[in-house]
Amino acid sequence: MLLSIKDLAVEVDGKIILNGLSLDIKSGEVHAVMGPNGAGKSTLSYVLAGKPGYEVVSGSAELDGVDILSLEPEERAALGLFLAYQYPVEIPGVNMTTFLKVAVNALRKARGQDELNSLDMLKLIKKKQQSLGISDDMLKRSVNTGFSGGEKKRNEVFQMAMLEPKLAIMDETDSGLDIDALKAVSDGVNALRAEDRSFLIITHYQRLLDYIKPDIVHVLSGGKIVRTGGPELALELENKGYAEFIEDAA
Amino acid sequence: MSRIDANTIETVKSLEKYEAGFVTDIESEKAPKGLNEDIVRFISAKKNEPEWMLEYRLKAFRHWLTMPEPDWSKVNFPKIDYQDAYYYAAPKMTDRPNSLDEVDPKLLETYEKLGIPLREQEMLAGVAVDAVFDSVSVATTFKDKLKKEGIIFCSISDAIADYPDLVKKYMGSVVPYHDNKHACLNSAVFTDGSFVYIPEGVRCPMELSTYFRINELNTGQFERTLIIADKGSYVSYLEGCTAPMRDERQLHAAVVELITHDDAEIKYSTVQNWFPGDENGKGGIYNFVTKRGLCEGKNSKISWTQVETGSAVTWKYPSCVLKGENSQGEFYSVAITNNYQQADTGTKMIHIGKNTRSRIIAKGISAGNSDSTYRGQVKILPGAENARNFTQCDSLLIGNNCGAHTVPYIECKNPGANLEHEATTSKISDDQLFYCQQRGISEEDALALIVNGFCRDVMQHLPMEFAVEAQKLVGISLEGSVG
Ligand SMILES: Nc1ncnc2c1ncn2[C@@H]1O[C@H](COP(=O)(O)OP(=O)(O)O)[C@@H](O)[C@H]1O
Ligand SMILES: [Mg+2]
Repeated sequence: MLLSIKDLAVEVDGKIILNGLSLDIKSGEVHAVMGPNGAGKSTLSYVLAGKPGYEVVSGSAELDGVDILSLEPEERAALGLFLAYQYPVEIPGVNMTTFLKVAVNALRKARGQDELNSLDMLKLIKKKQQSLGISDDMLKRSVNTGFSGGEKKRNEVFQMAMLEPKLAIMDETDSGLDIDALKAVSDGVNALRAEDRSFLIITHYQRLLDYIKPDIVHVLSGGKIVRTGGPELALELENKGYAEFIEDAA
Repeated sequence: MSRIDANTIETVKSLEKYEAGFVTDIESEKAPKGLNEDIVRFISAKKNEPEWMLEYRLKAFRHWLTMPEPDWSKVNFPKIDYQDAYYYAAPKMTDRPNSLDEVDPKLLETYEKLGIPLREQEMLAGVAVDAVFDSVSVATTFKDKLKKEGIIFCSISDAIADYPDLVKKYMGSVVPYHDNKHACLNSAVFTDGSFVYIPEGVRCPMELSTYFRINELNTGQFERTLIIADKGSYVSYLEGCTAPMRDERQLHAAVVELITHDDAEIKYSTVQNWFPGDENGKGGIYNFVTKRGLCEGKNSKISWTQVETGSAVTWKYPSCVLKGENSQGEFYSVAITNNYQQADTGTKMIHIGKNTRSRIIAKGISAGNSDSTYRGQVKILPGAENARNFTQCDSLLIGNNCGAHTVPYIECKNPGANLEHEATTSKISDDQLFYCQQRGISEEDALALIVNGFCRDVMQHLPMEFAVEAQKLVGISLEGSVG
């Protein structure tokens, strides 16, 4: 099992948001988590990534057999966890290329690999950049600063390609994208699918799943997984809406 | 609750990280404690100064007695007891050393420990150094090589002895002894410093650099720097400073004067890392500095770049008097305060000549309980047709207990002038740090990355040899500011 979450309960600002959530992902699988607004989808992604303020009340989460909930965010990243943010953060003044260099080498160092020199780094960037349609101009700008919504999302997928995670969590990477951008992002993700890489794709809409075919679909409502099924579950949700599941959970 | 303030004052770490905080155990010769005319005479006599220099000092001292302390800056500190300090301390040397072989090995070791090797073969290629230890210059490197180009680079004491005409002509011409209380004190008791003269048409082939070190307890450091760039010449000069960690506050009151003639340029960079005091604000250096450049000639240019990370209290306004037509002044500044440091720093751009231009980029970073103020004056005099100024002041806050202030003074007496002023204040957010950490970057590295990004517009003006060091210093001086 690559990711194994058991009975996870999480509190934010004194309020229980996740309550008894369990989820298992095998290596190479693509899972989709769907659910209404406010269900706790982003909370799940944040608590796995280690965002401060998200208190684990009970339960466990293991990545590759390692209990990650007590680790620093950068240690989880070193283990291969990557989060594509729903709202990527702007960091004015920090040039995108510099940021990538520092991140790639920090991860390589933590993983016991040699750091890349500037030339090799540039080659790696060039290679990944082309397949995702990232312009040179974007690489010269500050991290996410002044990027359009679509650029920000593409930039998340680009970073994912650069950092080569074992588990990529994608939080509503489809929201706010027009159809062309959606295709570009999906192509990027599909190109990264591999036997030793799993995806946890969080989405509100079924639309994305037309492009990125999941192996397993979960419905998150009321802080826990209320149903699990195959790709057909996403279509069912699209037709019936979430109302029925919310009642299930209540 | 935000993580940033949770552990803001977690600092033993940051203290240990002041790597320049050691003391050199070396015998020294001091003047008696306290300040009076006899002390001024003592200093002058120690240096075998000519009569005119002593007269200048005494004139300054007598005036100093009548001057009030400046009280307009936003810094708070207990009244200075001028009688409770030493005004002259010199490592014991039989005579002025003629070569490095005659310099006490302990001194050479001190500079090596600080990363400033003085032996020429070990030095950074292309940087000549003057090393000032407490009150005296202990070594100036590459003197002979520079002399071949007609460049004079020596201690100010040597200059008074060897080039009295130049010193007489220029010393006090940009910062008169009565300019302000601190400059006046310096004029009376200055002990050493550097002197540079670049002759007409010469482009100085290497960076010139002075390294100031305070070692003695309770000793003030009053250095004096004078740089003259004659017609069409160019020089880039850098100063660095450190001091041991001490519980007592120590006074450092320097004066720097720059003069550029027609078509000449001086680029003056400072990396100031005096001991900032401990995490509770105990100890540290009072850094009261008067730096001013005069663009005397047409098309001349003076550019100040400073990275200020040390000192308990900083009071410093490197300025430009733009007298020559088409002359240019620049001020690029990064001021970082942490723990209980206070910095009141900025610049003055005085436009006198036609078509004069000035550019100010000031970045203030405050963390812990510190307080940082940008204070800048842009003055356009009636004759400054077509004068232009651009000012940009950005403040970055780390945590919730620090302060940042921007105080611009603009005085414009020529309606044709064009003045622009931009100011921003931002805060490093937990979200930014978390975003970096998610990508594998540790919190401290993330902070250094973000702060260095914020300072980039200034850092790029530092000489390349020092930019990397300055970037590291930024990271080090903020250690302990996130937990
Ligand atoms: N930082 C926070 N402070 C307070 N409440 C929060 C915070 N983050 C999320 N919540 C609350 O937690 C619930 C789940 O939010 P979220 O995980 O963002 O849902 P989703 O991503 O499924 O839309 C919502 O009720 C939201 O208001
Ligand atoms: Mg969400």
